[in-house]
Amino acid sequence: MKEQFEPVIVAFCCHYCAYTAADMAGSQRLVYPPNVKIIRVPCSGKVDSIHILKAFEKGADGVYVAGCLDGDCHFKNGNDKASRKVAQMMRYLEEIGIEPERLEMVKMSAGMGERFARIATEMTEKIRKLGPSPIKAAAA
Amino acid sequence: MITAERKPLEEILAYIKPFKRILLLGCNECVTVCAAGGRKEVGVLASGLQMSRLKDGSSIDIREHTLERQCDPEYVEELVPMIDSADAVLSMACGCGVQQLAMRFRDKPVFPAVNTKFMGGSDRHGVWTERCQGCGDCLLGLTGGICPIAKCAKHLMNGPCGGSAGGVCEIGDDVDCAWHLIWERLKALGLTDQYMEIMPAKDWRPAGGGGPRKIIREDLAE
Repeated sequence: MKEQFEPVIVAFCCHYCAYTAADMAGSQRLVYPPNVKIIRVPCSGKVDSIHILKAFEKGADGVYVAGCLDGDCHFKNGNDKASRKVAQMMRYLEEIGIEPERLEMVKMSAGMGERFARIATEMTEKIRKLGPSPIKAAAA
Repeated sequence: MITAERKPLEEILAYIKPFKRILLLGCNECVTVCAAGGRKEVGVLASGLQMSRLKDGSSIDIREHTLERQCDPEYVEELVPMIDSADAVLSMACGCGVQQLAMRFRDKPVFPAVNTKFMGGSDRHGVWTERCQGCGDCLLGLTGGICPIAKCAKHLMNGPCGGSAGGVCEIGDDVDCAWHLIWERLKALGLTDQYMEIMPAKDWRPAGGGGPRKIIREDLAE
């Protein structure tokens, strides 16, 4: 049963870095798992706690927020804010009873197509090992 | 503002365990400003509660609503059309709001989802500190605008105790000595004469020692 599990992963990607890096990965013909569903945001700092929670509530097995490298945010410090928000939501997920490692903050530049593909692959593997989210598991 | 912090999820879940339909109420005033119980926090808590239940194979019907103010009857009245469809009410307002709801809807269980902390101000984004303990007889005019009641653990009225060293209180390195701050401020203002005046023992009755307090404005009260 577990072999058939294909995780659903939501990636909130900043328009100025990770989203472009995903494009770059495509141009470079790099393969990354189709489990990752990308949501483009104008800045990682725009991702709200409720967006992360709703993703999990509606069935995501993993979520990550991808922002610019430290000091490179197009809006000065949106990536720092996103990091703090993700850390706060990880604590909240733990309170809820969902493994906090299902959520992650990653940083990259627009030129890092290879890094984008690698993170998508690693996240998919990590969540595959963790299994379905406790919410999905309870519904099954 | 009145500051608050969300209670642990476990405690909130225990309150609402027997209930299926919850009316989750935020407040647009102080608790919104201190990011504890406004519309956003209502959404975050609702999602957390829902996921906690889903994880256990059940679900919960949560209706989210945020009032302009929970401590005023005019706004609480807005809830009349929706109250019957809830088994219990969960409030993210301060204790004043929770009690206002409990008074108005006597047959409905009302639970607090936050711990009301103190009257404070914002030092910087995301940081709030206590500024006032509502003693009912403001001393700030004599103490350079720095409150020895809210900012001194001992509520001393006539200078620092022996635990003040280098401007820091003995209870912790991150706590300034209120009387050190007062002295420095009075010096800067050229008002050190004020410091020399001995303050008499404080009457704590207006601070709550005389029982629950009340204000009646004759010109406004009907």
